[in-house]
Amino acid sequence: MEQPTIVPTADSSAHESALVAAFEARIAAGESIEPKDWMPERYRKQLIRMMSQHAHSEVVGMLPEGNFITRAPSLRRKMSLIAKVQDEAGHGLYIYCGTETLGVDRHELIEQLLDGRAKYSSIFNYPTLSWADMGVIGWLVDGAAIVNQTILAKTSYGPYARAMVRICKEENFHKRQGYEICATLARGTPAQREMLQDAVNRFWWPALMMFGPSDTDSPNSAELLKWRVKRKTNDELRQRFVNLTVPQAIAIGITLPDPELRFDEATGNWVFGEIDWTEFFQVIGGEGPCNRERLAARRAAHEDGAWVREAAAAHAAKQRTSGTQAA
Amino acid sequence: MSTTDATNVPYTSDTHADGLAVTGQTQWPLWEVFTQAGKGAPHEHAGSVHATDAEHAMQNARDVYCRRGEAVSLWVVPASAIVASVPGDAGPFFDPGNDKAYRHPHFYKVPLGVRVF
Repeated sequence: MEQPTIVPTADSSAHESALVAAFEARIAAGESIEPKDWMPERYRKQLIRMMSQHAHSEVVGMLPEGNFITRAPSLRRKMSLIAKVQDEAGHGLYIYCGTETLGVDRHELIEQLLDGRAKYSSIFNYPTLSWADMGVIGWLVDGAAIVNQTILAKTSYGPYARAMVRICKEENFHKRQGYEICATLARGTPAQREMLQDAVNRFWWPALMMFGPSDTDSPNSAELLKWRVKRKTNDELRQRFVNLTVPQAIAIGITLPDPELRFDEATGNWVFGEIDWTEFFQVIGGEGPCNRERLAARRAAHEDGAWVREAAAAHAAKQRTSGTQAA
Repeated sequence: MSTTDATNVPYTSDTHADGLAVTGQTQWPLWEVFTQAGKGAPHEHAGSVHATDAEHAMQNARDVYCRRGEAVSLWVVPASAIVASVPGDAGPFFDPGNDKAYRHPHFYKVPLGVRVF
């Protein structure tokens, strides 16, 4: 059967551009966009993409550290690590909840993660080999996340911004506990110092890659900046992170694996060497050292938790039935 | 699969109080969470959780939104029970309260030099 073709009339496209103009004027005036407000379909799509990737990163981020809970060297470290991993679960939930306000089903997002369609932060596809990695993840990975998220707390979409404010408050604990581990190992035995230096050598470049491709090579940046979803470019945020982190490395006597790293008096920036973008795109594309392992662990956790979900649903159904009978 | 299967308890689709319908029947109902930061403070919207029933929603809300003493009291409300104003109508809807300067103290003139407050 032939379908009638719907041709946009001059009226409807004029209406649409008026709506876009009003939307962009609100953004320019610094207003925040709320779920029921009219928004361009591209804005909604970009936010769903960005927020769900962010939520997935929080969830997958539990895996490398979860591995070390049973191997923490003291009860104090173990308590902190459990609390940190629990926070990451909470952060995932805050952002999934924010993403749902855009009209998407959390279940659908989780399906996309489990079947490998969704992306998450490339950093979690690197293995965690020693206890020092726990310190370095807190210091560098959470440190990088804080730089990113502090700016996202001012993003134009209200629910995302509010989730970020909540997350930023909690992330600071993550970074400090990581840096404390690093500072302790740095003051420790030669073997401990060596373990720390090895972890820094492995995580430094992947941490810089967390900010995403360079501005000249980032397909989404211009649009996201125009709509104030992002407030700073990937390169600006990366530079800010390097400037914050280098003095922290110097303070604990650790070297960063970049022979080109130098302080530039004129700009006040720490200038760093070229990032290996081939590696970045390989890891993003699923060919990192741990992509398969992470997804397999996530799937197993989801399947192993099925009985809990079933029991909760059965309990609720039973309560409803007994409630009806009593009434 | 029978509809009484515990993993497939049917319920109507939910709407975030301030958002769009969450489509499908693939997950537990949605509850909006309100926390009171201290005695005497108002309850404020913190976010939402999915849960099978009120008790379960209360526990999830505590675990997700109260890990650091953020609350002394917690409300969970089925998201579908919340009626929210519509942004498109916000202008005329709130208009009656927007043009009445005489409801504010600075509308009134007082003799110079007198401390009124």
